[in-house]
Amino acid sequence: MTTLDSSKEIQKNNSEVKETHEDFRMFGLITFLIADGMTFAGFFAAYLTYKAVNPLPDGAIYELELPIPTLNTILLLVSSATFHKAGKALLKNKNSESQKWLSFTAFLGIIFLICQLFEYFHLPFGLTDNLFASTFYALTGFHGLHVTLGTLMILIIAWQARIKGGRLTSQNMFPLEAVELYWHFVDGIWVILFIILYLL
Amino acid sequence: MTISIDPQKTNNESLQPKGWLRYFSFSLDHKVIGIQYLVCGFLFYLIGGTLASAIRIELASPMSDFMPRDVYNQVLTLHGTIMIFLWIVPVVNGAFGNYLIPFYVGARDMAFPRLNAVAFWLIPPSGLMLVASYFVEGAAQAGWTAYPPLSITTPQSGQIIWILSVLLLGGSSIFGGINFIATIIKLRRPGLKLMQLPMYCWAMLGTSLLVVLSTPVLAGTLILLSFDIIANTGFFNPVLGGNVVVYQHLFWFYSHPAVYIMVLPAFGLVSEILPVHARKPLFGYTTMVFSIMGIVVLGLVVWAHHMFTSGTPPWMRLFFTIATAFIAVPTGIKFFNWVATLWGGKISINSAMLFSCGFIINFVFGGITGVALAQVPFDIHVHDTYFVVAHFHYIVYGGTVFIIFSSIYHWFPKVTGKMLNEKLGILHFIITFIGFNLCFAPQHWLGLNGMPRRVAEYDPQFQFVNQISSLGALLMAISTIPFLINVFLSARNGKDAGDNPWNALTPEWLTSSPPPVENWEGEAPLVEEPYGYGKEIS
Repeated sequence: MTTLDSSKEIQKNNSEVKETHEDFRMFGLITFLIADGMTFAGFFAAYLTYKAVNPLPDGAIYELELPIPTLNTILLLVSSATFHKAGKALLKNKNSESQKWLSFTAFLGIIFLICQLFEYFHLPFGLTDNLFASTFYALTGFHGLHVTLGTLMILIIAWQARIKGGRLTSQNMFPLEAVELYWHFVDGIWVILFIILYLL
Repeated sequence: MTISIDPQKTNNESLQPKGWLRYFSFSLDHKVIGIQYLVCGFLFYLIGGTLASAIRIELASPMSDFMPRDVYNQVLTLHGTIMIFLWIVPVVNGAFGNYLIPFYVGARDMAFPRLNAVAFWLIPPSGLMLVASYFVEGAAQAGWTAYPPLSITTPQSGQIIWILSVLLLGGSSIFGGINFIATIIKLRRPGLKLMQLPMYCWAMLGTSLLVVLSTPVLAGTLILLSFDIIANTGFFNPVLGGNVVVYQHLFWFYSHPAVYIMVLPAFGLVSEILPVHARKPLFGYTTMVFSIMGIVVLGLVVWAHHMFTSGTPPWMRLFFTIATAFIAVPTGIKFFNWVATLWGGKISINSAMLFSCGFIINFVFGGITGVALAQVPFDIHVHDTYFVVAHFHYIVYGGTVFIIFSSIYHWFPKVTGKMLNEKLGILHFIITFIGFNLCFAPQHWLGLNGMPRRVAEYDPQFQFVNQISSLGALLMAISTIPFLINVFLSARNGKDAGDNPWNALTPEWLTSSPPPVENWEGEAPLVEEPYGYGKEIS
């Protein structure tokens, strides 16, 4: 994340063949995540409006059990920390240690998805039962899609970190930093989702 | 951290096809991508225009005799979707944005060239898919708004293809928006301050912010709608306990800003064209910048003025009426600034200038009817009538499309190195201007007298006025002919333009015509006063 702070470093050397410019891939990613966040914002707004103005029919089941989602919240929060550890290790050129932390993070992501599926199979309502059920599955499903993509990307960078001097090094931290930012974003969305969907 | 660019690697010229073939390749050159957007958009404009002609032929008589009613609904849906998502938005953002923004910020290309090419290449397949849906099992029939429950109850396959296509186009739009924001904020040439940028950069920055903030909401909404259609959920289906008004809120949260996505870049382009042909500095640069940003902020909080008849509670009507009326302030500032730019200038009457002036005239009409429509009592009277159709076309055709043509006349010499024929250009303007006003001005009257929109049949008392409108549409269709002849003849045999035929001061004119692959032979020039006209005589 240090890339954004180096805006003063813009250099142009016409005498040389190479021109350099600041790395703004992270800037682009942040803009994309803002856009992605707006998709979730739309879903949240729809859910809260339904909750406020659309009473569910009598006898509709919309009770949620808390243990699994609480466990999932903890899993994702821990995975954010382990991802951070992976970045620190890579910065010190400890590739194998970084790879271990990354694999552990991906493992936590997979556990999260398994727990989510377990919850899906044991819920007393299906996708089309009522408006609450539909919104519940749409929101958690869309978030789960993000977790799936994130887990795949973590596995890819864990593979890239396997050798020193490969594609992912302390000189080229961008892939790790980008996936890390995305992962924190997905975690943050889950926390909001957990509060709005399960606690409210 | 900095990235070093190896010229051998980024501009693999040996791998890129030469000549016109490069327009069919996955080129990373922002100028090629800009032209790809423009030509692709224009082809869809011809399709959308054909559909519009079909609509006007149908409406020349009160009965549905030219086509069956459901075909009429399909045609108007395709017309709206194609014109908005495949012509106006890609051309006024993608085409001119890609061509001009790197010049204006003093860069060699956009910030993310590959993303840029991906964003363009999403457009042709989704457009073809949309058009093809008409021939497979019938296109979508629910209008470009796709309001449920209509979009849920009409035949599904066309509606689903419509949703997929709009999702792809929305993705393309978001990628483009990210690219423009990064290019304008991060890729500026060292020494170039934000307040020295040509106005189009500010317009594109504002537009891209709207794209990034609002398009994803549309994507989410359409995903929910497709669940309703395919999986039988009830988000927007009242029968299953859903709420159609939620769809309208989410839809207009995108689609009202979308109006600004279509018209703000045109504001930027006209601010580039007027000073050049009036030989005067742009009047009120700073107020222009703040007006654009004001429109961006206000544009995000006025969406429910499209929903005054949807059971909207009184407090919401009040808020959205006031917020909408406020937008007239920054828009008015811009309008007066353009007039003040022309005031006392050495105006050359050429095609670019004429189309820009046509824009100013039409846009005032569209703006005034827009303020009128924001007032609840009036809106309830004319909601879903031809008054809205007239207002909308005054903004989007009379405004944006006029500016697209103006920009083509203005920048054609830069792109091709050849001048366009002025006589044909002025003929094009005259036919377009008369045809456009003949077509849409009478529709105000039709709407005020209660002719509903989106219906194939109407009360026979409206026939005469509808025929005038159809005559205007015929003129508009004819106006394309001199334009096409002009473009093809001039690209071949036009007289050489030289590097700067208009003696303009903005950076794109400081390189050769057509520009070389990386825009400048040496370092990018630092243009501190893009509108410093009148000072050059020394």
